[in-house]
Amino acid sequence: MSQIKHILTDGLWRNNVVFSQMLSLCPALAVTSAATQGLGMGVATMAVLIASNALVALLRGLITEEVRIPAFVLIIATLVTIVDLAMNAWLHELHKVLGLFIPLIVVNCLILGRAESFASKNSVVLSALDGVGMGAGFTLALTLLGALREIGGSGTVFAGASTLLGPAMGVLEIRLYPGDGALVMILPAGGFIVLGLMIAAKRTLDNRKAAPRRQATSVDDAASLPAAS
Amino acid sequence: MSATQPPLAPLPAPSRWARLKVLLELGGAKHALVLGGFSLVTTLLLALAYGVTKAPIAQSALEDLNRSLGQVIPADLHDNQLAADPASLQLDGSKLRVYRARKAGHVTGVAFEIARKGYSGDMQLLLGVDESGKLLGVRVLHHTETPGLGDKIEATRADWITRFAGLSLGNPPDAQWAIKKDGGRFDQFAGATITPRAVVNGVRDGLRLFAAHRQAFLEDASK
Repeated sequence: MSQIKHILTDGLWRNNVVFSQMLSLCPALAVTSAATQGLGMGVATMAVLIASNALVALLRGLITEEVRIPAFVLIIATLVTIVDLAMNAWLHELHKVLGLFIPLIVVNCLILGRAESFASKNSVVLSALDGVGMGAGFTLALTLLGALREIGGSGTVFAGASTLLGPAMGVLEIRLYPGDGALVMILPAGGFIVLGLMIAAKRTLDNRKAAPRRQATSVDDAASLPAAS
Repeated sequence: MSATQPPLAPLPAPSRWARLKVLLELGGAKHALVLGGFSLVTTLLLALAYGVTKAPIAQSALEDLNRSLGQVIPADLHDNQLAADPASLQLDGSKLRVYRARKAGHVTGVAFEIARKGYSGDMQLLLGVDESGKLLGVRVLHHTETPGLGDKIEATRADWITRFAGLSLGNPPDAQWAIKKDGGRFDQFAGATITPRAVVNGVRDGLRLFAAHRQAFLEDASK
């Protein structure tokens, strides 16, 4: 039970892809000019990540060490293409909204990274769970980043949520102030600025949490550092 | 690691041939087989997925086309099925697909596609023009512009694209058929200039094409 909790919190917070591992920054910065898009990209990535982690874990006995990377790439590329085709065929409306992002998932290093560092060494269930945790962490980071940039740049939050999530989610669409905000927030530079501030905020929180414990066990500090990979 | 352990008997050195054999069969060949097998299976899966989804995707594309055509040509201008009536025109060396709107057999307007280079990649514009050359409507069928910036050309995100309806080559005057940054009349977006410029210029060129080949657009060679 504690292992499950550990895997989930690892992905969601402790070892968060964007904030701690600092991977997948390209999609994280590219699509987060609005909260809805961050959410859409996050959820689509999470779905692919769960499936690819489970599949890699299932096939890990077959894949030899030397060719594992091309094999993972094959699995991920096939999975994403099938998801793209299936969504286009049967979830056409959603595909029109998310279609732009799906090809980007193939090149997301988070997927390959988890296949290599987790799924190839763990069971199917744990790997799928790792996909849930890491995917949720990625979604959280992208939605938060998108929301902050949207508030600063457009004065809205979750604009266009009803086209992505259905008309019922229109209640999420909030306008905080009239008119446009600072354009720089929507431009790539704003993405870097907000991301930097968010990473600094997470570090500060982590340090504050670790500070009282440091007196008791100074060794524990190493665990809060991001895993180098 | 105690010193009392008897030393292991040295293994006979493998011959060069045996080492090569091991390398080929157990090393390289196994990996090649694994990778080859994966490639085969994934290719089969992709072919299968493509085959299964081909018909539904074509069906949704047709529905999309019908919906888009309905947006650039008002319903009271035609009594035919627009998407079911495509014609191919050979104009200035390039092929153009034209959908004619007919009412009681008379062509009242046409819809046609214009491809234009945007900020990132091609975008596909659909123009609806009535017989006098006035724009009935413009829609973007496909684009890969920046989400959040360039995608305001979509009718679902902003009303910008709907403002073309009612305009024609003389209205506004030719010099003002450009975005404001270029001295014209059309708004650009905050943070995106290239995308609206491409759309405005594309629409203008489409109208010029129609004006230059009006007969070919409206005339029905098949009837």
